[in-house]
Amino acid sequence: MKSSVIVFPGSNCDRDIAVALEKFQIKNQMIWHNETNLPKSDLVVLPGGFSYGDYLRTGCIASKSPIINDVIRHANKGGLVLGICNGFQILIETGLLPGVLLRNKNLKFISKNVFLKVINTDNQFCFNYKKKNIIELHIAHNEGNYFADINTLQKLEDNNLIALKYCDEKGNINTDSNPNGSSNNIAGLLNREKNILGIMPHPERLIDPLLSGIDGSIMFESLLKSK
Amino acid sequence: MKISATVTLKKEVLDPQGKVVDQTLKNMGYKNIVSVRQGKYFDIELKETNKEKAKKIAEEICKKLLTNTVIEDYTINLK
Repeated sequence: MKSSVIVFPGSNCDRDIAVALEKFQIKNQMIWHNETNLPKSDLVVLPGGFSYGDYLRTGCIASKSPIINDVIRHANKGGLVLGICNGFQILIETGLLPGVLLRNKNLKFISKNVFLKVINTDNQFCFNYKKKNIIELHIAHNEGNYFADINTLQKLEDNNLIALKYCDEKGNINTDSNPNGSSNNIAGLLNREKNILGIMPHPERLIDPLLSGIDGSIMFESLLKSK
Repeated sequence: MKISATVTLKKEVLDPQGKVVDQTLKNMGYKNIVSVRQGKYFDIELKETNKEKAKKIAEEICKKLLTNTVIEDYTINLK
């Protein structure tokens, strides 16, 4: 399996995701945002960080980068696209995923491990979470408060496009287990074809017991299985 | 031609920064404050003399880049 990690000025999780991909024998290339041609890839990753210093709106300027046209073409052809944290914000600004990520409800940058329930395991990113669907991953963001109008939320629920929801240790999804105020506790979304996943948590940070957990590994194992 | 655009969060979207400014002004003694909304302001200089054309470009800029129309509204002023 081949992957490309897009690097923007201000990306800061690009090397972490590269390490994770390589750990799982995914052949990765780093692609600078000013490139116009995406090399042949099965998976494109938009990494976490603060692309363009979060100017204008988070992910907004990155969504107009030269490379993004090719990323959109790749996505429209059914290629896999994973947006993590700032990458999720970028996917939303490109219009590949609906809604918007607002500032956290408590107006604070949140950096901690949270529990998540994998709602949709019927996709190439989350397939292996069938065996374990309440997981722990790390979040680190200031704008992760997912917002969409009621109709959009209803469509997301009806079509089972919500990949992850914030929950507690036992899997209860409620206000108490919602760290940032997201509508319906949404932590990750799929597009209708399920080849694009945008998530606020960082699976690449929990791939080794030394780093407090390995629940992130399951996503990379799922991706490997898909090819 | 010079144009300006003001971008604000839609009424139904929570504006935490505006709310804090609102509360601070009240704390400072401005009892007659009803509400405060915080926004962004852009000064744009265009190589265009036709008002209609300038307005059309400004609209396009606002829709394509300056606002996220899910949560924000914009107003354009031609100077």
